[in-house]
Amino acid sequence: MRGREAIFANIEKSLRVYGDDRLRAEAVAARLAKHPRGIIPARGQKPDRERLELFKLMVEAARASIAVLDRTADVPAAVAAYLRSRNLPQSIRHGDDERLSHIPWANERTLEVTKGASDGAQLTSVSYSFGAVAESGTLVMVSGADNPTTLNFLPDHHLVVVDEKDIAGDYESVWDRIRERFGANEMPRAVNWITGPSRSGDIEQTHLLGAHGPRSLHVLVVRSS
Amino acid sequence: MTQEVRSRQFNETAQKALADTSLQKALSRFEQGFISRRKAAVEKLPEYDALRDSARDLKDHILAHLDLYLEAYEKNVIASGGHVHWAATAEEANEIIYGICKRLNAKTVAKGKSMISEETGLNAYLEARGLHPVETDLGEYIIQLRGETPSHLISPALHVTKEQVEADFRRAHSALPPERNLDEPTSLLAEARGMLREKFLNVDVGITGANFLIAETGSSVIVTNEGNGDLTQTLAKAHIVISSIEKVVPTREDATLFLRLLARSASGSELSAYTTFSTGARRHDDPDGPREYHVVLLDNGRSNILGGKFQEMLRCIRCSACMNHCPVFHAVGGHAYGWVYPGPIGAVLTPALAGIEKTAKLPNASTFCGRCEEVCPVRIPLPKLMRNWREREFERHLQPAVARYGLALWAAFAKRPALYRAATSLAMKFLRLFGGKGRFRALPLAGGWTKHRDFPSPQGQTFQALWKKRSGAR
Repeated sequence: MRGREAIFANIEKSLRVYGDDRLRAEAVAARLAKHPRGIIPARGQKPDRERLELFKLMVEAARASIAVLDRTADVPAAVAAYLRSRNLPQSIRHGDDERLSHIPWANERTLEVTKGASDGAQLTSVSYSFGAVAESGTLVMVSGADNPTTLNFLPDHHLVVVDEKDIAGDYESVWDRIRERFGANEMPRAVNWITGPSRSGDIEQTHLLGAHGPRSLHVLVVRSS
Repeated sequence: MTQEVRSRQFNETAQKALADTSLQKALSRFEQGFISRRKAAVEKLPEYDALRDSARDLKDHILAHLDLYLEAYEKNVIASGGHVHWAATAEEANEIIYGICKRLNAKTVAKGKSMISEETGLNAYLEARGLHPVETDLGEYIIQLRGETPSHLISPALHVTKEQVEADFRRAHSALPPERNLDEPTSLLAEARGMLREKFLNVDVGITGANFLIAETGSSVIVTNEGNGDLTQTLAKAHIVISSIEKVVPTREDATLFLRLLARSASGSELSAYTTFSTGARRHDDPDGPREYHVVLLDNGRSNILGGKFQEMLRCIRCSACMNHCPVFHAVGGHAYGWVYPGPIGAVLTPALAGIEKTAKLPNASTFCGRCEEVCPVRIPLPKLMRNWREREFERHLQPAVARYGLALWAAFAKRPALYRAATSLAMKFLRLFGGKGRFRALPLAGGWTKHRDFPSPQGQTFQALWKKRSGAR
């Protein structure tokens, strides 16, 4: 026997599975259907204002930077200011996300805006995050034309806009939203949890930023009115 | 089992490791590195121990229902447009992966970090057939240039100093200007980033491992700090995941439980920079992502471990906390263990996967201090499992004759308490007569001990005599 047949025969032998297997099957079906939550750290279970404070703290602990804006209309100025502060060309690329398309980029006259996935030639990308997790300062990105995955990894600088209302305390709340959006057992091709910029500790355990992904990650939180 | 097992030579390789000054320098960084960072991360999470208990229980539940969760996982991979391949042995896994590469006429193969591919010896297999997979994790890239295997689960080039990396880069990247400055780790990192960027942008097949497989959705999960695993899978025409069967978890919530423990236990971070859940191939309106998504599920002896004396080690989530806290690993590093998995988990897993006959030295590579069990996020009783192996080693007559006869002689005394007491107090008097209050630099039959340290001359009474006196006094 090879492959699948051999593996299942061996597992069933080792687990002594014979004949009527209804109880085991029911236990598995129930867990998959109910997807019970495990222990959720108290740290993430905070009221709104405190949750934003925790998120800021954790984003910075992960060596990313963060700014809080009052309105979406403030995004272009914040992006332009970031690019100036890093001596970067006034040029960004983003996906088809309507929220990004509605941002008044033209307010920043020198800012060049292109749309689409990355082919590795762009220095700076802007994405709109599906959600975020205060517990660890994590952004939750979903793949698709709205926010192509390559924009998360190829440019040197990744700027991510997130709505304050989408910052959850814990990962589990974001999984619930993903179920709502995509269907009970469905997932987009990629869900990327991003916690800080790309880094490596592979040379003498020294932690260095900018391994293969973005050298820096800048988060723009838009306050919910 | 394709990767050759060299664990029989543990004593010789350990001796060599102890004499290797650059290795010893590299190993000296443990205390301020992994250990203190993990401790700080654990202290920040009051729920840590409760999470470990849940993780242990959940793993036990999964293992008891492994066939059913694998069936559910397979169904959902297929439903989301992916392909599942089952490999009972390492050879089967290598054949499947080569078959996919060949069908796609792949020229360039990039790899994210995968210990399972180390287990199958995938790189050597592909190279023998004209394909040259490029390792993209910085540590893996370094050791691939050096023709070595990983010496640590998450920090594969732990044994290499930055001066050695510089020399390797100058040798391998010979097209770059020789006068360039590579004194700092940052310049080494920048150079590797530049070299690998080219590879990423031209990759045909991207191979990654998986930290978890989610039955509920058919997703595979990888955890990286560098983002190399993401570029590997996102830019390739086909993404091949190679994983072992025990990595399946029921739901996204269950994966989340393990993710709260993994990075904390491994590197002392809240989370690694990138945790990626991949489900199927590029969707019809996706502008990027692989066109094909394959999962190769490897057994390689794991199904035999289920339901037996060693099942608990299948809970392992490969965080490496056990080796990070192991005094033996600190002294000799990872290569001495002679196969893919070093440290305490290797000492238990390698005999199970490769056979105790070839690996009997490994369960003895322990001081039984118990730190590995103390830090294990899924509470694997590693010392107990090592003791089980030692018993089996004894039953199967795998120890050298001297050790067996020595133990038999000791047992003959130990089973007769009066004789034992008489013999030990006589031996003590004898030693004291010759040693006085000093130390022995050499002792007959104890050369292995006195070669590296002096044997103190016994003072006062035997332990048993003292114990008796204490209990009497109470």
